[in-house]
Amino acid sequence: MVGFVKRKVLDVQDFTFLLVNSLRRALTPPRYIVDTLLQMDVIGVGSLPIVVLTGFFTGGVLALQTYRTLSTFGEVSLLGQVVALSVVRELGPVLTALMVAGRISSGIASELGSMLVSEQIDAMRAFGTDPIRKLVLPRLFATVSTLPVLTILSDFCGILGGFFISFYTVRLTSEEYWTSVYQTLTFQDVAQGLLKPFVFALVISMVGCFYGLNTKGGTEGVGRSTTQAMVAASVLILVLDFFITKFLIAIRFF
Amino acid sequence: MDTPPVIELREVSLAFDEKQVLSQISVRVEQSETLFLLGVTGAGKSLLLKVVLGLIKPDSGQVLVLGRDITPMDEEELDEIRRRMGIVFQEGALFDSLSVYENVAYRLREHGMIREEEIERRVREVLRFVEMEEAIDKLPSELSGGMRRRVSIARAIISEPEIMLYDSPTAGLDPVTSHTITMQIAKLRDVQRVTSLVVTHRLQDAYVLANYVYLKQRQALAPVTNADHGGSWPVTRFLLLRDGVAYFQGTPQELAGTRDPYLLKYLA
Repeated sequence: MVGFVKRKVLDVQDFTFLLVNSLRRALTPPRYIVDTLLQMDVIGVGSLPIVVLTGFFTGGVLALQTYRTLSTFGEVSLLGQVVALSVVRELGPVLTALMVAGRISSGIASELGSMLVSEQIDAMRAFGTDPIRKLVLPRLFATVSTLPVLTILSDFCGILGGFFISFYTVRLTSEEYWTSVYQTLTFQDVAQGLLKPFVFALVISMVGCFYGLNTKGGTEGVGRSTTQAMVAASVLILVLDFFITKFLIAIRFF
Repeated sequence: MDTPPVIELREVSLAFDEKQVLSQISVRVEQSETLFLLGVTGAGKSLLLKVVLGLIKPDSGQVLVLGRDITPMDEEELDEIRRRMGIVFQEGALFDSLSVYENVAYRLREHGMIREEEIERRVREVLRFVEMEEAIDKLPSELSGGMRRRVSIARAIISEPEIMLYDSPTAGLDPVTSHTITMQIAKLRDVQRVTSLVVTHRLQDAYVLANYVYLKQRQALAPVTNADHGGSWPVTRFLLLRDGVAYFQGTPQELAGTRDPYLLKYLA
């Protein structure tokens, strides 16, 4: 038991070192721009389909379920508001981050882990490249810059999904739905919905890099790192989401 | 001794997960000398190479390369020393997303060379040295183990290093390819007078390199005789590690004449 806790504490320490070292190096050249752009393509553009689908169907099912509750109170016209608020504040950021974590955290961990076990990372260092600058920073920057955009898209698809259900099943008019959406969203909702992706993006990329670069033990180790990265990233996202929300409420952000 | 040793380890110790992998290792490698690191699997030979390159810091002791103490250096300072060294990893460790050309050109680009014609000229030159020029546009996954090993050598030597480190360069290769690789090592030693540190399981490679010399005119190996080489040819020495300790250090002749039971078993 003690050994387990000790290992976890050491992991947190190593993770913090990696995070701090990476952020410090971000401030000075050399910067690998081409690598960053490539990662933005893999992470951002590559995650588009899954994010759009997730958003759309989540919004749709949310509308379906909420309609049934609202109709018992006779407040079906509130449907637009409920869907919009839930999606923008919580479901959009969190589900998008979880989908992207599943894809990207594990992808980064397996890629960096494979490079580590085949001694490519040692080769980079031997030939004068800083692996943090070349591998970690491009992925960090790519995730941080694309996840907010993906979240916005997911939010929109979510609200759109809600609209289709409202229009075709519930028979709300288009005007009713979209006006209530527009009226109910405040700046704080949107800001909160963008602050969270920023934090989640840090988690997704750094957890992936951490597990990848600390892979131990050949190809089996790579498989282990991949799974651990995904699990850790997902759990951290959910836990942080709770605390961020609590914090924002406490400082009376809204 | 007027010139300082090219590589020197002083009482270097290293432990991993409570296992003492290297224990008070002291060794000197002189200019143009070839030192063979022998020992059973897990005796710490590859780790010693990484310590010399500064990839791993020893727990105690000092590591001096080209007269400078690299033990306390950080990555930026080490970079300057590493520019004068080259390493060939066990499986080649080529960057698998890059072509052979890009892999070999890697060091030049990292050191800031930008003129493409100059880069191409140098890349072709080293690929010709290791006889791999036709594969210039291939990806590492399209090459066999021996070919990857040779490209790895090309990648390491393109910046004309004074020191070459080889980690099991002929491991897992067929006899013909092994001989080709051994010849490349001899070529570098005899034509460029490179100081080499070679980790190997294969004593036959060590004996070949100790007793044969690469003759440029004949483009082949020939047995060493005093007459051929005009007196001085590069020195070859062995360092055998056992349980992290320097069990034997000396010339091939000394090793061949040993009476120690462990060594006799090892050599059999």
